[in-house]
Amino acid sequence: MEKNHNQTSPATKKISTYLTMIILIVVVLSIVSIILAANAYLTSPSDVAPAAFLAVIGFVALAMSMFTLYQSRRQVAQMKIEVPKVMTTVECKCGSKNVREFQRGDYVYKDLDVLCQKCPNTRQMITAIYKEVKEKEKTYGV
Amino acid sequence: MSLISGSNAITQFLSLAAAQPTIAKNQFGLGGSGDAITQILSLLTYVFFIVLIFYGQRIQMYVMIREVENSLHKLRFIKDEGRKNAIEAIKEIGKPTTDPSARVDRYLEYFTIGPQGMDPAGIVYKLDHILDVRDTRLKDEVKLMAPASDEIQVNNLENTLEAAMALNYIYKVVRHFYIQGKKTLSLYIIMQIQMILPMVMKEAEAYASALKAFAYGQPIGDGAGPLVAAKLMHGYEIRKLPKDCVMATVQIEGRSALIIKAEGPGGNVGKPGDAVEAVIEENEGKIAMVIMVDAGLKLEGEKVGEVSEGIGAAIGGPGVDQYKIEEKLTKYHIPINAVIVKEDIGDAVSPMRKEINDAVDPVIERVKNVILERTKEGDKVIIVGVGNSIGVGQ
Repeated sequence: MEKNHNQTSPATKKISTYLTMIILIVVVLSIVSIILAANAYLTSPSDVAPAAFLAVIGFVALAMSMFTLYQSRRQVAQMKIEVPKVMTTVECKCGSKNVREFQRGDYVYKDLDVLCQKCPNTRQMITAIYKEVKEKEKTYGV
Repeated sequence: MSLISGSNAITQFLSLAAAQPTIAKNQFGLGGSGDAITQILSLLTYVFFIVLIFYGQRIQMYVMIREVENSLHKLRFIKDEGRKNAIEAIKEIGKPTTDPSARVDRYLEYFTIGPQGMDPAGIVYKLDHILDVRDTRLKDEVKLMAPASDEIQVNNLENTLEAAMALNYIYKVVRHFYIQGKKTLSLYIIMQIQMILPMVMKEAEAYASALKAFAYGQPIGDGAGPLVAAKLMHGYEIRKLPKDCVMATVQIEGRSALIIKAEGPGGNVGKPGDAVEAVIEENEGKIAMVIMVDAGLKLEGEKVGEVSEGIGAAIGGPGVDQYKIEEKLTKYHIPINAVIVKEDIGDAVSPMRKEINDAVDPVIERVKNVILERTKEGDKVIIVGVGNSIGVGQ
């Protein structure tokens, strides 16, 4: 039987061209600002204020555009369908319990052909099928 | 004249600024070009305010359009995945001789027109008829698409296709508002969809995770009711009821409990309205109580799997079954109680969470308490496990 794996579907790689264009413009402007800052410092090393001002603008703009690019890439990466791991509980009348991964064809109260290991003449039965959610729900302090 | 004096003033200001760089240095602490930068900054601030005054709403609208656009990309991805999953499941299970893609695409575009409500008398039965026709038609389509599938697999594939259909519809509605918003540049059109977008996305994600559950035949959160009924009726003689429901008579605390659920393990909700109607009529209305067990939507802050008790017919859907049950209960003055297992929309259509599975025993305890407190020994009680029986036998 086919097993159910914790699989994720591949995400589309495309980031909006509009966003890419804006990021590109900001990156170019920030580089220009940094070059101007270097130029201002080289022409008048005694007066560092304009150079510092331009450098700060350039680096802040560069950092912001990189952050936006990172965020949008992360959003694209998040675009996937999570398939949770589903478990099947198999029980015997003798009380022995076994939890395994879900297999196609399983359903609750299905009698299995698999015999119990403790009492070899008894057939086992599926008593539960469920997924476990690990993350805890936020309570927001209320 | 004034122009000449204006230009004189500018010349004067510029010469003053050039002649007294120390004043500027002291004033701004930025050196000679410091005041120029400050002037540019203040000018930019003015421009910024003017732009905001005239174009603030438009900027806000562009931000909203962008937000909707991002969600639309995600919805398109989910919708395409849904279609792909459905086609894969049909190919795998149904072993069709031809490619089912074209037929699936046609299926995804199916619509149902509700009955005319100008004269509401008898509308429930008209809606019931339309829903029956729809159900038969969709099942026939699945049988044509997947000829090798058995009854259980047909039900599961139908559920998979219905989830894909829902995703397709959600995508198309959001796209409609997005394009209309862009066309008209109306803030109010785009606002309508932007405001409900988080809920829409949550629902779409829920359907996306339901696709695999339906294709594999895994129990879903909505199956809490049938799971309770299955636990109560397991091991007893079972007989079929109209439509797609099963029933077993079980002794609970000296009372005869008639347990009803949709027939599993295929994806099926049955028609509990018809089943309850039939059982009440069979017993000539001599039923002491009806107890309905269903999955109920939880509010934020409530725990998944929390069990709650109340009065009324606990059943969702278009309302036909609820109407039929209420009609019969009113005719014979039968009291009705409900026990629900709390979960959100995402949990309801995705594989059953452990918390919901674990809620089965507390629900049975509650049901037994209600029976003990509100009925006498020898009475007949109907217990209905409402919901989708996918992955739940009996």
